[in-house]
Order: sequence, then C-alpha cells, then structure tokens
Amino acid sequence: MKFRTRAIHVGSEPDETGAVIPPIYLATTFIQPGAGEWGTFDYSRSGSPTRARVEKVLADLEGAAGALAFSSGMAATHCAMMLLEAGSHVIASNDIYGGTYRLLHKICSRNQIEVSLVPAHDAESIADAIRPNTKMVWIESIGNPLITIPDIPAIASITRPAGILLGVDSTFVPPAILRPIELGADIVMHSATKLLGGHSDCLAGVLAARDRQLHDRLYYTQNATGAVLGGLESFLLHRGIKTLSLRVREQSSTALRIAQWLEQHPRVRRVLYPGLASHPQHARARNYMGDQFGTIISFELTGDIAETKRVCSATKLFGLAVSLGAVESLIEQPATMSHASYDSAARAAAGISDSLIRLSVGLEDADDLIADLDQAIGS
Amino acid sequence: MHDSITVDSKPAPTPNQSSSQQPHRAGPSTVSVHAGEARQKPNDAITDSICCSSTYTFDSTQSILDYIHEKQDREEYGRYGNPNEKVVERKLAALDGAEDAILYSSGMAAIVGLLMTKLNAGDEIVFFDECYHRSREFCFKHLSRFGVVTHQVKTGDFDAMNAAINDRTKMIVSESPTNPHLTVVDLEQFVALGKERGVETLIDATLASPFNIQPLEYGVDYVWHSATKYLGGHNDLLAGVISGSKEKLEPVRKLRGILGCINAPHNMYLLERGLKTFALRMQRHNENGQRVAEFLASHPRVEHVYYPGLPSHPTHAIAKRTMKGFGGLITFLVRDADWRQTGSIIDACRIPRIGPSLGGVESLIEQPMVMSYFDYAPEQRAKFGIADNMIRMSCGIEDADDLIADLEQALSQS
Ligand SMILES: Cc1ncc(COP(=O)(O)O)c(C=O)c1O
Ligand SMILES: Cc1ncc(COP(=O)(O)O)c(C=O)c1O
Repeated sequence: MKFRTRAIHVGSEPDETGAVIPPIYLATTFIQPGAGEWGTFDYSRSGSPTRARVEKVLADLEGAAGALAFSSGMAATHCAMMLLEAGSHVIASNDIYGGTYRLLHKICSRNQIEVSLVPAHDAESIADAIRPNTKMVWIESIGNPLITIPDIPAIASITRPAGILLGVDSTFVPPAILRPIELGADIVMHSATKLLGGHSDCLAGVLAARDRQLHDRLYYTQNATGAVLGGLESFLLHRGIKTLSLRVREQSSTALRIAQWLEQHPRVRRVLYPGLASHPQHARARNYMGDQFGTIISFELTGDIAETKRVCSATKLFGLAVSLGAVESLIEQPATMSHASYDSAARAAAGISDSLIRLSVGLEDADDLIADLDQAIGS
Repeated sequence: MHDSITVDSKPAPTPNQSSSQQPHRAGPSTVSVHAGEARQKPNDAITDSICCSSTYTFDSTQSILDYIHEKQDREEYGRYGNPNEKVVERKLAALDGAEDAILYSSGMAAIVGLLMTKLNAGDEIVFFDECYHRSREFCFKHLSRFGVVTHQVKTGDFDAMNAAINDRTKMIVSESPTNPHLTVVDLEQFVALGKERGVETLIDATLASPFNIQPLEYGVDYVWHSATKYLGGHNDLLAGVISGSKEKLEPVRKLRGILGCINAPHNMYLLERGLKTFALRMQRHNENGQRVAEFLASHPRVEHVYYPGLPSHPTHAIAKRTMKGFGGLITFLVRDADWRQTGSIIDACRIPRIGPSLGGVESLIEQPMVMSYFDYAPEQRAKFGIADNMIRMSCGIEDADDLIADLEQALSQS
C-alpha cells in the first residue's frame, strides 16, 4: 500500500472494542499473568499500548526495523548519543540545530566525547575528519538554517565500511518525502514536535533504526533512562501522522512558490531553498526528494540586523517564534533565536549572518502568505 | 478582547507591484488555520490551551454586577460556555460565512436545541424525506408529544412542500446532499419558497461541509452540521453546530445553557485541531470521492452509482452549479446480488473498516440495509429507497489508487 494509506491505517488496527480510533491508554502499570510471567505490557516506561501503536506506524513509514517515541527530539538525540562511550569521536555537520550543537559541546563533552564539525554537504569533508575513534556521524537531511543537502548514500558508503554509525536528523524532511534508511542511514531521528505532530501541540522525538539489533540497543537505553512519550502525546502524534503526507505536500508546494517569489524580490539578497535551481545542491535534492523540497526557507535581506528584526516583527500571518513544521507559518531570526546557542565564531564560520531569516511555511493559502511577506518586507 | 483574525490580505502581488489591490477574503485554508483564534494567546502560546474549569470566579461583587449588566464579556459557569468552544464557534462561523455559530455535544443535540427553541405547541414543520432519519424521528415521535406537527414530502418536490405549508408552519428542513442517495437540493428554490411562505429554512449541510457549499449565501436561516463528520475529520469526537445570524441564534444559545448539551473543552480542543487541516482534507475527500465514483461507475459488477459529481446523478446539474466539490460519500448498487452477496463484498474489503459515520480520514463502508434498516419490513425499506444490494462508502484521505485497488479486488471476489 502507498505511504498515505499506511500512515492512516498501520498502528490503528482494531482492538476488541472495534473502535476506529484505538482507546488512549494512560495506565502506568499492567496486571501480569502470574509472578515472574510477563504480559505484552508491564510498566509504561518499558512500553504502553498507545505509544506502541505510534511507534509501529513510524517504523513502517521510515522502513525501519523498529521505532521509539521520546518525550522530545533532544531526548531522542541524546539516547542515540548514549550509544557512544568515553573517548568516542563524533562528526557532525556545521549547520546542525543549535540544541544538538549544545548537546554535543556542553553535555556529551563532559563524558569525554569529542566532536568535529564539518560541512556535511561535502561528503569528502566527512571522510577527511574520520579518526580511529570515530563512532558516529550525525547529519541533518536538510541542514539548518543554511538549508544544505547532504549526499546520504555517499556518506553511508564512507561510514558503513568503517563501522561508523550514520545518524540522520530528518526533522525537516519527513518520511513522506525522504526515508534516510533507504539511502543507507543507520538511525533516523525526528523532532516529532515539528512536521510529524504537525499542529504545534505536542513535544516528541523519534528514533528509528535500520536493524533489530541496533533498535534493541536503543530500546535498552530508552527504558533505562526513561525519556518516553506519554499516552496523550502519543495519541496526538498519531493523529497528526494521519494527515502528514497531505500537509507536507501542500506546505512544500506553498514553500516553493514563496521561495520563487522571494527570489525575485529586490530587497532579498539570496534565498536558500532546495527547490530553487539556484540552490547549490538542487540536483541532489531533486534526486532524493523528488518534487517536494520541504517547508523551510531561509533568506537574507539586503538590510542590516535592525531591519531584519523589523521585518520579523511586521508579519501578520507568520508568527514570530522558533520551532517549525506545523500548520501555522512562523518566522524567526536564527542569529538571535534558533541558533543563539552557537557561539558567535561558530555562527560566522557556518555563515549564519545577522540578516538571515528563516520561514516555516504552514498550511495557509499561498496567496495570503505572500501578501503578508510583501507588506512586511515593504519596498 | 481577543484580536481574532479577519485576514484582510491581498492576492499574491508580484514584488514590483504596489500593494494597492482590493482586500480579498482569506482563502479557506488560511481561515481553517487562523480564524476565530486570538493572534496573541495567554502565555504567548501558539495553540489554544485547554480550559477545563467548570466554573469561573469573579474578583469582586462589582465584577459580577458588571457581568450581569453585560458590560463584561466573560465566562461564568461551564454550562453556559467555555473558552475552547467559543474559539471553535468563531472558526466555524468564519467557515460558514455566518455571524454566529453554536456548538453542541453532538449533531443531534444541535438540532434538538434549535427546534426546542423555535417550535411551540401547535406549530408545524415540513421535512424533505431524505433528511437524516433521527432528526425526523425526533420530530415525529418526540416533538409530537409537545403538540408540534411534522410533515414530510418527497425530497426535491417543491410543489409538495409548498402544499404542505400552512399558516401554522414555522420551518422547512432539508439535507443537501442527502444520505445515502446524495440528492442535492436547489437552495435558491428552497429559500425562495421559505421567503414566499414566510417560514424559516434549515439546511443540514453535513455531507457538503462549508468547504463545498455555504448555504447562508443563498439566504438560508440556519445551517446545521454534524461536526462529528468532516469538520472534526478524525473519527475521534462527537459535535454538532448550528450557524446563522446572531439575532436568531441568541435564544437558541440561552436554551442550550438551560438544557446543558454543551460540548466539553477537551473535545473542543480536538475539534479546533482537526479544523486546521479542514480545507486540505476536503480537497482530498472530494478528489477521492470523484475518482472512486468514476471507477465504480465503469465497473461491470456495479449496477448504479449515486454520486453528485457524476453526470448520471439526477441532481448533477444543481450540484455542479452550486458546489465546489462533491465530498467523499458514495452509494452504489451491486449488480445481481442479494443482501448476503452484497455483504460479502464489504467483508472482502481490506482498507475501509465496516461501520457507520463518515467524513473522517479513515474510509468506512457499510450496507444500509444491514447497518440502519435491518429491523424494517422490506416494503418500508423500499419506501426509503434502501435496496438490499446497496453499499455506502465514505472515502477517507487514503490514496485513491489504494481505495480503487481494494474495491477492485473485493468486487472480483465472491
Ligand atoms: C533539526 C532539529 N533537530 C532537533 C530538534 C530538537 O527537537 P525537540 O525540540 O523536539 O527536542 C529540533 C527542534 O527544536 C530541530 O529543529
Ligand atoms: C447528515 C447527518 N446529519 C446529522 C447527523 C447527526 O449528527 P451526530 O451523529 O453528530 O449527532 C448525522 C450523523 O449521524 C448525519 O449523517
């Protein structure tokens, strides 16, 4: 069956009540068949019926051996990083999400985990950074906020023979568009807070693993450390997934229209969107993403930081906020908001300028969004 | 008060154009996402919070007095209203192009609330006979106990409806499209008759949804939706809504406060969340409905298809003139099949689940003769146009290719 049909039905199989929408289980513990005998569920940190259903559909959609739902994206990334040990080395892309940058540099570093940042859209830079103790490469399927596109198969062909795990944070590119495991990744991570949940109302994270053994290692860590997704959020996430492919298709096509419109605007210096022919990795994006290039656009104004701030505050439909991927469109300034946890040297090195603006394109009509940007940018 | 969105934005300008065009109404998807909500919410949250409070406190006796004298727009007690239902009411009013909308705990609660307000002993009401059967049953069996007289005439027969109206008649009622025959009623004629005879008009637009038609534009007095269907859209809540003018709805709202059939805040949050994708879902329901109907119409095992988007439907011309799309509900007859053979086709389907209701993202399928009319005598079923070989399918938002492949395999079995 096709993606959208599976997104609606897998994990929603009927239970004994016949409910089309399975009941929401909030139980923290489950009665067992006998002392020392275990039923399917025992204690909800280890697994619960509502979470298991959303994990099932996530694994199916990602083409993974299994999926795990976490209380946030960061909890998921942290769980993946706990596969490492003191002395391990991680290579990450130099335009990763600010929170992942902080996790690697301020938290993982306490456990003597070393980090190198490289421009991951250039697979050679990853090959060059490998050391004998390199255990993990962590990239985003679209870099953030510079919207770079890594060559996942090329990177996998470097990591796999070297026994290095390849983790892909695919928050910007949900499985409706791209499935990193099919391209050679070992672990796919999502901040499900974004497109998967899709409605700006549940904080959640996902890890999906290529094979059963890796899944079991991640599950062991999740259960041991406990950052699991609760029953109500599991339900909301699952509900969001039912409209995932519709939302993503519509939001991507709106984003493309907005990017094209911005590109001709005299007050816009450059637009970063993989669907534009001007994007440096446009051909690669087309190859891996087909005709849907995601919902995030970054662009630079011709004005200074003050002018950038003004524009970010002048929109009426786009809300001024971090986060992304939901039905409501958002606007933000990475230098002062999503990427403020980078130090300024790292920001400069990555090319995150003060006049950069990031848009998360929602589900409003494209005409309405363009009119809003038009009045905010002014002439 | 709340700074709710009226989105008076312009059509997409080209960058060099001056922005001096006429303001236009925001598109349906923008309305679905934003209308009715405060731009800036408490705690600056992007989504509305769920307010479960059963009662609301006053900081002083004076503020109670202000409230009583209607100087203060605020909540008092959960039976009269809550912030979550008010947001959704504003959103639904915007979608329906209405001044006001009132939400209820189910579609039936909504029509009961309206009719209990508007009809008194001695009043009469006339239905087209394909209206949702429970709404007619409520009038025939229960309003009759309070002295209200109910008539029904053949759907679309305006002469018969005209003849059934007398000087005690207060309201005429139609569904459009109807269920399961998908008859589309000419709203111009319906409203003209109501105006001419001085009676109010009520349309059950559940199967059309505000995306496909806006009956208030035609001058209908009240629009009724079971929001359990397309508006909620996820098969996970019950709700009903009546929309219309503030003036006409004010006493209806007052009675709701007495009867207590208000919906709960948690449910209202789910409805608001579901409405965010309403326009998008409707586009897909319309596309899937049309494609599946065309497939069925060309299938040798299918004797007849009822779908207003097909030229073969008797009300296709009206539908085409007045509706943006024709929804996800399709009824069809299986050629040379008895009720058992018809049931086995349903049993062979793998995607749609067997069950009543419609309008959710999951497709559903059922045999009206078994699901809703099993206890009726064959002559009664014939009178309602319910054939033994009839199947009703509510297309969800799955891929049309998958739905068609599934029906194909089900029809080729048994
Ligand atoms: C690309 C990316 N990865 C990870 C995260 C972290 O996820 P969460 O906020 O759900 O912890 C975010 C969002 O904040 C993100 O944008
Ligand atoms: C056309 C129509 N009107 C009204 C209703 C009643 O709505 P509810 O089930 O929400 O009470 C239904 C559904 O049952 C319906 O299909």
